[in-house]
Amino acid sequence: MAETLLTLDRVTKSFGALRVTDTVSLDITQGELHALIGPNGAGKTSLIHQLSGSLASDSGRIVFDGEEVTGLPMHARARRGLVRSFQITSILPRFTALENVALAVQSRSGSSLRFFGDAARDSRLNQEAMEALALLGLAERAQTLAGTLSHGEKRGLELAIALALKPKLLLLDEPMAGAGASESEALVAILRALKARCTILLVEHDMQAVFALADRISVLVNGSMIATGKPDAVRADAQVRAAYLGEAG
Amino acid sequence: MQDFATPMPTTQLAPPDRARLIVPVLLFVALALAPLLGFLGAERYVLALFTRCIIFAIAALGLDLALGCGGLVSFGHAAFIGIGAYAAGILTASGIDDGFIGLFAALAASGLFALATGAVSLKTRGVHFIMITLAFGQMAYFVANSLKAYGGDDGLTLANRATLLGRDLLADNRVFYYLSLAMLLAVYLFARAVVRSRFGRVLRGAKDNETRMAAIGFNPYPFRLTAYAISGMMAGLAGFLLAEQSEFVSPAFMTWQRSGDLIIMVMLGGMASLDGAILGAVFVVLAEEVLSGFTEHWRVIFGPFLILVVLFARGGLLGMLTGRRHG
Amino acid sequence: MSTALLAVQTLNGVQLGVLLFLIAAGLTLVFGVMDFINLAHGVQYMLGAYFAVTAYGLTQNFLLALILALVGALVFGLLLEAVIFRHLYARDHLDQVLATFGVILFLTEAVRMIYGSGSLTLPMPQALSGAIPLMPGLLYPVYRLVVIGAGIGVAILLYLLVNHTRVGMLLRAGASNAPMVSALGVDIGRLFMVIFGLGTMLAGFAGAMVAPIFAVEPNMGDNLLILAFVVIVIGGIGSVRGAFIAALLVGLVDTLGRSFASDVLRHVLSSSAANQAGPALASTLIYVLMAAVLFFKPAGLFPARG
Repeated sequence: MAETLLTLDRVTKSFGALRVTDTVSLDITQGELHALIGPNGAGKTSLIHQLSGSLASDSGRIVFDGEEVTGLPMHARARRGLVRSFQITSILPRFTALENVALAVQSRSGSSLRFFGDAARDSRLNQEAMEALALLGLAERAQTLAGTLSHGEKRGLELAIALALKPKLLLLDEPMAGAGASESEALVAILRALKARCTILLVEHDMQAVFALADRISVLVNGSMIATGKPDAVRADAQVRAAYLGEAG
Repeated sequence: MQDFATPMPTTQLAPPDRARLIVPVLLFVALALAPLLGFLGAERYVLALFTRCIIFAIAALGLDLALGCGGLVSFGHAAFIGIGAYAAGILTASGIDDGFIGLFAALAASGLFALATGAVSLKTRGVHFIMITLAFGQMAYFVANSLKAYGGDDGLTLANRATLLGRDLLADNRVFYYLSLAMLLAVYLFARAVVRSRFGRVLRGAKDNETRMAAIGFNPYPFRLTAYAISGMMAGLAGFLLAEQSEFVSPAFMTWQRSGDLIIMVMLGGMASLDGAILGAVFVVLAEEVLSGFTEHWRVIFGPFLILVVLFARGGLLGMLTGRRHG
Repeated sequence: MSTALLAVQTLNGVQLGVLLFLIAAGLTLVFGVMDFINLAHGVQYMLGAYFAVTAYGLTQNFLLALILALVGALVFGLLLEAVIFRHLYARDHLDQVLATFGVILFLTEAVRMIYGSGSLTLPMPQALSGAIPLMPGLLYPVYRLVVIGAGIGVAILLYLLVNHTRVGMLLRAGASNAPMVSALGVDIGRLFMVIFGLGTMLAGFAGAMVAPIFAVEPNMGDNLLILAFVVIVIGGIGSVRGAFIAALLVGLVDTLGRSFASDVLRHVLSSSAANQAGPALASTLIYVLMAAVLFFKPAGLFPARG
C-alpha cells in the first residue's frame, strides 16, 4: 500500500468575494502521476501556487512527506523536495542553459557559501546538469543563453531544472501549453519516463496526454474539487461530463 | 568585456581569458605609472589626485558588488565611506595611531553598520529599498553632524597619518599611493573571485529572476545580506584611506549627493562589470578635477553629460570602449 | 515647555507638512501612475521660488509674481518632460535616478550661474506681513497662516479633482494599473503630461509661496526632496490622500522633534548629553518613523496598488 506524499486538508483561498479555492481536500500517493483538470478559471494554477508556496492560503493545511508545510516559503518547500515548474516559463535569461540547471544542482547538493573557485567551471555540478539537459534533448543547447532559447526549448529547460533538483513531488503547471502535436508526443514520452523517478501532480488541458499518463485524476470546477479517482471512473462521472468533459468529449 | 551574467564557456578557455584581462591589466599599469606624471611638476598634487581615484575606485568596486552583481540599488553607500573615515579620525584623535588597528576598526564599524541596516533594508525591495538605504545614509550623516567632540559639521582634522608598525611610513605620499594601489588590486581580485564563485552566482541569479531562484530552493536574503556587508566594508576601507590621505574627516563625506556620485561612477564605467567600476571612478574624479579647472560651474556640463550617457550609452564607458552594450 | 511654544511649533509643523504635501503630491502621482522616480522634483520647487522672485522684480506685484511663477513652473516642467523625462518612462528606476540626478546638477548650477549662490528674497506683501494673536501670549505670523490655508485649499481642490472628476478617475486608475488604462484606449501620453504638469505646478507653487519666508537659494530643494520621498514612502506610492496624511505627520514629527527632543531627553540623560543627542535624534526621527511604518506596512499607509 503506497503511502500518501501530499495531503491537502480543506485548503481555502479567496480574493475578495471570489473563492478561487473552496475547501479543497486531496491526497497524492507516492509514485503516482496525478492529473488535475478543469475548465479555465477553475483555480488550478492558484492551487499550484498555494502548494508551491508562492500564494498563502486563507485556511487549511498542506502536509508534505509527513511535515506540515502550510506556512513555509517557496524556497523552503523546494528544498524539501516539493518542486514546481511554471506555466509561463521562468528561467534565468542571462545565464546559459547549463548554468540554469547547474544552479539547481548547486542548490540541491552543494554548499553555496563558497567565495572562491569559478562556479561556471565546477565539473561536478556541470556533469549532473548535462545529464538532466540530455534527458530533455537539450545537450547541444547547453552553452546557449537561456533567454534566446525557443519557447519549446525553454519549456524543456524548465523540466531539466526541476529534474536536477531530484524532487519528491513535481508540480507541473500545463507543461504542454502551446506545444504542437509532435512536441506534445515527445513531452508525454518524457513524462512517462519521469513517472519512475518521482511523484507528479500534473495540471493539464491536453486530455490525450492526461488520459495517457494519469494514474488518478482530480477535477476542479469553480474552486471546488468535484471528482477524484481512476481515469475511467472520472471519465464516466456525470458531474464531470456536465461541467467539463462534455464540451471536449 | 563580459558582464557578470555571462559566464565563461566551459569548453573554451585560453583565448577569451586573455582578452578579458586586457582592460584590468591596462588599468592597473596605468595607475602604477600615474605618479610619473608628477615629474611634469606638482608631484604632490598629482599623487593626491590619483590617490583619490584609487580610493573611490575601491568604494565603487564595493558598490558594484551590491548593485551590479546583486541588483541592490543602495542610495546610502557614502555612509560606509564616512564610517570608515570617522573610525580613522576618532582613533587618531584619541591617540591611537596604529594603522592596523585603525583599518580593523574601519572595517568592523562599516561591516556592522552594513549588517544592521542591511538586515532591515533587505526585507524591502525596489524603490522602498532605495528609500530605506537613503534613510539610513541620512541617519549616519546627521549623527556625524552632531558629534561636537569630533568637529560636528566642520569636520575633524587628523593630527597625522596612521603609523605602520610604529613607523611613519604613510607620511610619504608615494608610499601611501602604492599601498593604496595594492589594496585596490587586492579588493579587485577578491571581488572578481566572489562574482564568479558559487556564492556570487546565486546573487546574480537572484538579480536575474528571483522567483526562479526561490523555486530551486535559494533564499536570496542571506546571500544579499552577506554581499551587502562585504560591499559596505569595501566602502569603509575606502573611507579609511580617504581620511588618512586628506588628513581630514567631515560629515560631507556621507551626504546623499555623495551616494549618488558613487552610483554615477559605477554606472558610467559600465554597470555589472568590475573593471567598469574602477574606470568610472577614475573618470569621475579626473573629470571633476579637470572640468573644475576650467570653470567652477563644471556641473552644468557634467549634468547633461550624465543625462546623455543614460539615454544613449547604456553600456557606459566600458561599453563604448569595447563595443558591448549593457545586457 | 509652555503651551504657547507648543502651539507655535505645532503650527510650524503643520506649515511644513502642507509644504511637503504640495511637493509630495506631484511626486507620488508621477511615481504612482508613471512609475517614474523624479529626483528633479525638488528643483521644480526651487525654480518656482526663483520664478517668483524674478517675476516680482519685473512687476512689483506679489499676486502677479505668484501667477507668473505658476505659469513659468508649468511651462518649464512640460519642457523637461518633453525633452528628457518622456524618454525615461520605459527605463528602469536606476536609469531614472541617474538621469534626474543629472538634471538636478545642471539646473542647480545653471541657477547658480544666473543668480549667484547667495540667497535672494521676496518682500512679503504688506497686507499679510503682520502677526495675529491666536491665544494670550501667542502671536503667529499672518503669512504663515496664509501658507497653511493655501496648502489646505490646494489639498481640497486636489481631493475634488481626484475623486470627483473624469481626469481624477483616470489618475486613480492609472496609479492602480497604468497598462490597463492604456489598453482601455486612454491616451496615456496625454494623461502623463497632465499629471506631470499638475505635479510641477504644485511644486512650483510651494516654492513661490515660501519665497517671502525661506531663503531662496539654489540648493533649497535638496533637503525637502528627501523629506518628500520619505512622505510618499510612508503615505503609499500613488496615493494623494496618503501623501497628505504622511506629509502632516512628517512635518509635525520633524518640527516638534527638533524643538523638544533635547527637552524630552533631559528627563533621562544629563543636560549636556541631552544637548548633544537631541539634535541628532531629532534629525533622524522621521527616518525612524519611515522604517517603522515600512516594517508594519511595507507598501506604506495607503498604497494605491492593491
